Amino acid sequence: MVALGNVVLEATDIEKYFGSHHVLHGVSLAVRQHETVMLIGRSGSGKTTFLRCLNFLEEPTAGSVAMGDLRIEADPLQKRQRRQRRGDIRQLRQQTGMVFQEYNLFPHMNVLENLIEAPIHVKGVSKDEAVARAEKYLEKVQLLDKRDEYPARMSGGEKQRAAIARALCMEPEVLLFDEPTSALDPELIGEVIVVMEQLAHEGSTMIVVSHEMAFAREAADRVLYLEDGLIVEEGPPEQVLDDPQEEATKLFLHRFLSEGAKAPTVDDPTPPSPLEMGFLGKSSLGGRGGGQS
Amino acid sequence: MNASPDPIVAQIAEADARRRLSFRTAFAITWAVMIGGFSLWLFSIDRFDPEFILEQGPYILWGAPLTIIISLTSIALAILFAMLGALGRISRTAPIYALATLYVSAVRGTPLIFQILFIYLALPQLVPEAARIPGIVLGIFALAFNYGAYMTEIFRAGIQAVPGGQREAAAALGLNERRIMVRIVLPQAIRIVTPAIGNEFIAMIKDSALLAFIGVQETLWRAKTIGAANFRTLETLLLAAGVYWVLTMVFSYSQERLEKRMARGDR
Repeated sequence: MVALGNVVLEATDIEKYFGSHHVLHGVSLAVRQHETVMLIGRSGSGKTTFLRCLNFLEEPTAGSVAMGDLRIEADPLQKRQRRQRRGDIRQLRQQTGMVFQEYNLFPHMNVLENLIEAPIHVKGVSKDEAVARAEKYLEKVQLLDKRDEYPARMSGGEKQRAAIARALCMEPEVLLFDEPTSALDPELIGEVIVVMEQLAHEGSTMIVVSHEMAFAREAADRVLYLEDGLIVEEGPPEQVLDDPQEEATKLFLHRFLSEGAKAPTVDDPTPPSPLEMGFLGKSSLGGRGGGQS
Repeated sequence: MNASPDPIVAQIAEADARRRLSFRTAFAITWAVMIGGFSLWLFSIDRFDPEFILEQGPYILWGAPLTIIISLTSIALAILFAMLGALGRISRTAPIYALATLYVSAVRGTPLIFQILFIYLALPQLVPEAARIPGIVLGIFALAFNYGAYMTEIFRAGIQAVPGGQREAAAALGLNERRIMVRIVLPQAIRIVTPAIGNEFIAMIKDSALLAFIGVQETLWRAKTIGAANFRTLETLLLAAGVYWVLTMVFSYSQERLEKRMARGDR
């Protein structure tokens, strides 16, 4: 693995209300270059909302996100210079690639057009350069043969890999993954995970919201467990997944395991020790060991 | 394919084909009886003059190209109005939203024939130069202005039917709002509203006949004028009706074909 560098993205005290519903209670995260951070937690814990706050697809109610020279504060009342701030947000988005659960490829464009749209129109890259770049990243996700295909004619796994290539074409500092395998049929998850693991090993900086525990073990430098809008526990994957300190984390992992892997809970009322959960790891790669919360 | 399929498969296909054929035959016979019977009855009575149709028919039929041209230009202009209207209706800038809403409300709240007469007759009173503009131009503008308001709501719904994830994906790549609209949302919205535009076009073919009231020499005007002059409106109006009917059937059919082709493509 590549040694970690300086902090490239820092979120400070992110709060989020949806109406009167308090979803995030001040979440902070500093991600270092080449680091892969994985966010886990049950649905409704705020992990996806937090990820979306990082590139302002969701406007945080309080807090700030800093990246390089940029530092963007939450502006819930829209009082600050809006034009300036919108420009800053676009700057930040150019440096953070995002991969969505539903892929969100543009259906009216073929794969190549999907990939070169932003480099040409946002970064001002020449068309030849953008195409060369697109082909390079399509090769990386092994989709070069789908270069001229339309998304509707591709499998979910292919679509998601194309979406990853689209994010890579902007050569962002940080990649954000929002449950990238949750919409996929089980047999297609592996091909996406392989690509993500490869990226992590090559030193991409990644923040991943996912339930793929195999990926966490294989590729994450740090795992964060979120509950009710707070980071309850964080640490290296071996520690958080195999030897959690907090009751909440233990309970989540236990439930997650028993639901996902259909472990017998009636016959065995005591939670299995995390060491016995070894199968939680590799098994979810090919099949679907981790269930969806 | 199986080498020797069960004979029942072929029998079912045959029976289905036979049923479809007999349905179509009965359909064609019913139409032929109704329309043929009506025509025969017309031709058998003294008060109906088939020779007049042969004499003056071509003059009326030459109104059809004009009807098509008026409809095509009006619908094209209406699409432009509708796009602007729809962008206004989704705008978060209050005056722009208000203007677009005013446009839609005022146009939908008044009769189309009023709008045509107003632009042709009342406008020159305000702007005397307008009197020099040919009636057909003013008429096309009136039709487009009216249809644009109805189609504004179609376009607005089409834009809103593009999944939010598309906008988000484009925004996450750093595209600005204008680019997101032009490159990502509008192309998909246009595809969504194409069938509805087809319906509007077919309605436009018929509403273009209203321009007869401001002297545009399209199909209905010709039928009305030549018929009234010779006391033969029964013949001429029926012929004009046939022209509109055939035109709408032809365009309905091509629209169906187009939709099938589009459905076969991507998505």
